[in-house]
Amino acid sequence: MTTSAADRPVRRIHVPEKLRNLEIFLLFFSCLISAGAVVMVQLGATGAVDYNQVALLGAGLTVLVVGAHIALRFVAPNADPFILPIATLLNGIGIAEIYRIDLQVPGNVGWESTAVRQVVWSAIAIVAALVVIIALRNHRVLQRYTYVFMAISGLLLLLPLLPGIGKEVYGARVWIGVGPLSFQPGEVAKIALAIFFAGYLVSRRDSLSAVGRKFLGMRFPRARDLGPILVIWAASMSVIIFQRDLGTALLYFGLFVVMIYVATARLSWVVLGVGLFLGGALVASQVLVYVNDRFSNWLNPFDPTNYDADGGSYQLVQGLFGLANGGLIGTGLGQGQPSITPLAQSDYIVASLGEELGMAGLFAILALYLLFIARGLRISFAGNDDFGRLLGIGLTFVIALQCFIVIGGVTRVIPLTGLTTPFLAAGGSSLVANWIIVALLLRLSDTVRNQPRLVV
Amino acid sequence: MNRELKRVTIVILAMFAALFLSVTTIQFFSADALANDSRNARTINNSYSKERGAILVAGQPIAQSVPSSDQYKYQRTYTNGPLYSAITGYFTLDQGSSGIESALNDELSGTSGSQFLSQLNSIVTGQNPQGASVELTIDPAVQQAAYDALGDQTGAVIAVEPKTGRILAMVSKPDYDPNALAAHDTDQVIQQYNALINDSGNPLINRTLDGNLDPPGSTFKIVTSSAALQNAGLTEDHQLPNPARYLLPESDRTVQNAGGGTCGPGDTVSIKVAFVLSCNIPMAELGVEIGDKALTDMAASYGYNAGFDSPIPVQASQFPPITDDATLALSSFGQASVRSSPMQIVEQSMAVANGGTVMQPTLVDDVRAPDLTVLQQFEAKKLTEPITSITASTLSSWMVEAVNSGAATNARIDGVRVAGKTGTAENGAGDPYTLWFTGFAPADNPQVAVAVVVQNGGGLGESGSGNEVAAPIAKKVLEAVLNK
Repeated sequence: MTTSAADRPVRRIHVPEKLRNLEIFLLFFSCLISAGAVVMVQLGATGAVDYNQVALLGAGLTVLVVGAHIALRFVAPNADPFILPIATLLNGIGIAEIYRIDLQVPGNVGWESTAVRQVVWSAIAIVAALVVIIALRNHRVLQRYTYVFMAISGLLLLLPLLPGIGKEVYGARVWIGVGPLSFQPGEVAKIALAIFFAGYLVSRRDSLSAVGRKFLGMRFPRARDLGPILVIWAASMSVIIFQRDLGTALLYFGLFVVMIYVATARLSWVVLGVGLFLGGALVASQVLVYVNDRFSNWLNPFDPTNYDADGGSYQLVQGLFGLANGGLIGTGLGQGQPSITPLAQSDYIVASLGEELGMAGLFAILALYLLFIARGLRISFAGNDDFGRLLGIGLTFVIALQCFIVIGGVTRVIPLTGLTTPFLAAGGSSLVANWIIVALLLRLSDTVRNQPRLVV
Repeated sequence: MNRELKRVTIVILAMFAALFLSVTTIQFFSADALANDSRNARTINNSYSKERGAILVAGQPIAQSVPSSDQYKYQRTYTNGPLYSAITGYFTLDQGSSGIESALNDELSGTSGSQFLSQLNSIVTGQNPQGASVELTIDPAVQQAAYDALGDQTGAVIAVEPKTGRILAMVSKPDYDPNALAAHDTDQVIQQYNALINDSGNPLINRTLDGNLDPPGSTFKIVTSSAALQNAGLTEDHQLPNPARYLLPESDRTVQNAGGGTCGPGDTVSIKVAFVLSCNIPMAELGVEIGDKALTDMAASYGYNAGFDSPIPVQASQFPPITDDATLALSSFGQASVRSSPMQIVEQSMAVANGGTVMQPTLVDDVRAPDLTVLQQFEAKKLTEPITSITASTLSSWMVEAVNSGAATNARIDGVRVAGKTGTAENGAGDPYTLWFTGFAPADNPQVAVAVVVQNGGGLGESGSGNEVAAPIAKKVLEAVLNK
């Protein structure tokens, strides 16, 4: 690498090698911490180190991300150097904690082991990210297929409702299953939606930002421009009603509201959007039993009637007990009892990590997410085309909002809804989707640095 | 577009600020409250998975955690379980705990404030955190003597060093084996626990300081006499009418002395003679003479109506407000609604033995970290001071005379001046008596104060007496201390 760098004439202000060298330096620590976490889990839980498992869980991830790093040197040398190490570290910590919970459940070995499957899914996800970043040399190509992505996202959302392949898990119809394989198409749909929204809003921003009547001291959009937001709202409400999935509905609608606000600079869209969603959620909480239960569990989780109810606050309260057991510095990896909480490896991975790593550990994880989000925001701020900037903020915000919905649900900031914690939680679809977001952000950041700014 | 992006950035920061805040609230501010929720299985598992500290008597463990091969890592085992059951209490997987296991749980489990640094250290070094061990004040020889002397009676014995408050023996019967409740099989524990709970003998109750308290009978005359000598300013020769029958004021009920006759010869009798012979009528008259305030105040000074931690919580003995002179008269010799624990009764002897000052009775000598550094050291402290040293020496001479030639002669020990007071309390018509003895020895340099209660009449129904049943038990306990 270094020899080819020396041969190349120095033309650019940014030196790509420096970025990539920083990236591999950071990746070294990400992989070291991830493998170290697996070792700590083994020492904490069993008192001995099983090098085969460390190699499988730690080294597997290392090989993949180093491969991704090498590919970036060729196809996106100017890409942001922090995004890949942060995603790797979160993914690695997630694998270690999933493995920790496997150790608490007898019989979770080989292909029954969630951690092993998570490594395989990580591999698939990272390969998918590589395909995206190699195939997609210019993100503006995506704008051409705006309405294709609309169709894709619509199809992905409808799939779980189709008889035959749709599956109901914990009351929500968000899964599809073919044979032993199952997938949550909604996770991938959020990317298609972000691309569709970015393309659509860039082309329609002028009419959408035209002002209509003044009401309550604020200029509201014209009635004829309300079509899109109503369609998205209706789609979100159908997700609540038919797929029984509050979190996903909130995620999609929040994504749309933020993107339309950034595109049009009209705060009235936000007021309208928040009003529509709160109104819809309020009606849903009165009409739909499961939504009502979620609110009641959130407000009074320790109430014995909620605690003992089927679908009650048992899981929420166990998660809180786990977090409290962790305290400030945690029980130490492998030394807590995270598996008491249902879904400790997926929806409740944050509570599991909070128990074993403590408040200090959760702060570090939240800081990692914030750093990741800050890099995404940077792309959006510094971008040189509006489609790219909108796509950047869309993808970044979807990660931020998803963290807030899941972690906020576990820690009682908002009612609990079933969503996966990006990169940490056990689940293939979530990993694939979030690694594709990594690929898109890397591609966008490469373009930002690579090209002189054209328009603001 | 940048202005909008800045605002979205602020929204994202606000969302994360909420997450930081909620995590802090749960893991720091509410952590203790959440850990104490009875539904928190982690707290129970933690207490079992740690090497819980030992409870020691004379350096030998009477309760300790030994490694076990199941999920809880350690098994709690009790040596001589029934002998010490009133003290150690039990420690179960999900049926709670009692005794020292409960009162000093923070220290034994290693979660008390003074063990915070060692907890931190064990996390950093990766060693298993260990609880502190608790060394008791119990003297094994005295404990065994008290246990054997009480035999199969339902009752309790407590022996205390009057100068320090260190408890030398604490026995409550019926007893139980705490090992049965320490099993890791939940079903088995629940079965055992329910059997003990439903046992009519109530073995889980420590009768020295808890449960359904008994009327103190004549042992309360120590309090009435204290009030007369100190609060009312009467002398020991103060004379009281000496009839064979006493009609309660404003009532048609009569009171008799234990023997049925008068209190010795003569038309009048002194307070001292009434105390030594343990007569009811002169005491009833004395109570009415000094009034309810003097008696109520003295009872409160002796510790009635107030509990304390030994560190096992001591239930407050009861001296309810006096509403009429008939109640006052009955209360003066420990009947009516007066209720006392053996702990309260031994405090009465402790005051007399220790120049008027009751040192707070305690079971704990010290708490030691696993590395044997002392975390808490026992310090003698005053609980209450109901009487002056002059009153104390007067009462002491009366109690010696009661043992030598009065109503408590079965506590006599050759060559030792023993002070004592018996009690034979009625529980209502047809119910067996409660039989008491309290005292101390040697009278001029007290080494031990003792209280004995035998419930259910000691098997003798309404015919036994404190001197007949309780005094011989106390004598054996006193001898066990003095023969060392």
